[in-house]
Amino acid sequence: MVSEPVPRPLESAVWAALADVPDPEIPTVSVVDLGVVHRVEAERGRIRVELLPTFVGCPAVEAMRRGVEERLAGMAAQVEVVTTFRVPWTSDRITAEGRERLRGSGFAPPVKAVTADSAPALLPLLPSAICPHCGSHRTTLENAFGPTLCRSIHHCSDCRQPFEQFKTV
Amino acid sequence: MSTVPAPASLAPALREPLAGLLLAMADDEFVLGYWDSEWTGIAPMLEEDVAFSSLAQDEIGHAQAFLQLRAELSGEDPDAVAYGREPADFRHARLLDHGRGDWAFSIARRHLYETADALRLEALAGSTHAPLAELVAKVRREERYHLMHVGSWFVRLAEAGGEARRRLEAALARLAPDAATVFTPLPGETALVEAGLMAAGNAHLAGRWQALLEPELARLRLPMPRWEPPADGRHGHEASEDFRWLHGEFTLVARSEAGVTW
Repeated sequence: MVSEPVPRPLESAVWAALADVPDPEIPTVSVVDLGVVHRVEAERGRIRVELLPTFVGCPAVEAMRRGVEERLAGMAAQVEVVTTFRVPWTSDRITAEGRERLRGSGFAPPVKAVTADSAPALLPLLPSAICPHCGSHRTTLENAFGPTLCRSIHHCSDCRQPFEQFKTV
Repeated sequence: MSTVPAPASLAPALREPLAGLLLAMADDEFVLGYWDSEWTGIAPMLEEDVAFSSLAQDEIGHAQAFLQLRAELSGEDPDAVAYGREPADFRHARLLDHGRGDWAFSIARRHLYETADALRLEALAGSTHAPLAELVAKVRREERYHLMHVGSWFVRLAEAGGEARRRLEAALARLAPDAATVFTPLPGETALVEAGLMAAGNAHLAGRWQALLEPELARLRLPMPRWEPPADGRHGHEASEDFRWLHGEFTLVARSEAGVTW
């Protein structure tokens, strides 16, 4: 289906504003970089934004929701920010800019997510991480659970530095 | 948290069985999460302190999301359900009625639980109740890490020999009668299966779980649990002393003052 793109100035302004809202736990990336923004509806004095939690139990979701609400306040008479599991947030949603910003602040970006739809195995294989400091692939997983739900801890065998990865989910 | 309303297409006769399934799953995750949190600060190593605290946070988050879905059917506030019930009103599997125990016990119980939970989630992945299928898709991506983490500890303790293996064997012996209780048949589950809300009933899932786990236990020469779920395998008749203690802990703040937030 081909249709003429309709200019939507308010919607574009909302997306631009969302790019200012940092992730509460890794503030170098925005909610847009993380792919957390599922949908923006903006018309006639009403803005509605749907966010996808990175983890079901993420304690930062409420802070993120409030951050978005505060940033958009004043852009329309009615601003509604909700969270949904309509589509699962996966680490593949992180944008190319987001991945660069993660790497720049010492976080390994996630690798391509493996689908969880295959039959459960007793010991599913986990994806590896690339060292954000030296680019080495010779890294080991130290702990699948890090300082927050979305981070794992790794060690690089080449530059011998520990590092965190934004978890592949 | 989510604002997705229950679809009008859900037949009224399915509402109660679905609410029961969601409560059972929420209570399993919630109670296990609180047992996990009993390791915070005192796990055998710092990495596991962090890991079990994360596992606890994940499970309690899953419980909250299941209770939120249930709220769209029952209208009951998730926090009130989680923190306002008496011990006898919980519906978790008897496997989760045991106290935290030692490290081997926690690993053995979690391995039995995670493998069972993975099959239960798989049976819900294609649920005709879209909000459930959507949430399960997300939860499964997280549970993969639990399976991997706990599963590798299980093999490690079994292969270590000595005290580690002795403790693991003792834990499995204690858990054997309750191992399959995650698959305790739920009221109305046949209707859920017929309507495609679940791909298979609990009896079928218990058989699949045995097929998955039995070869691993045999390879590690570990004792086999009871594979058939007992009819009364879910809490709700009589609370164990361990669970009553845990209930006292996790309701402590909520009981301290009406409407308190933390």
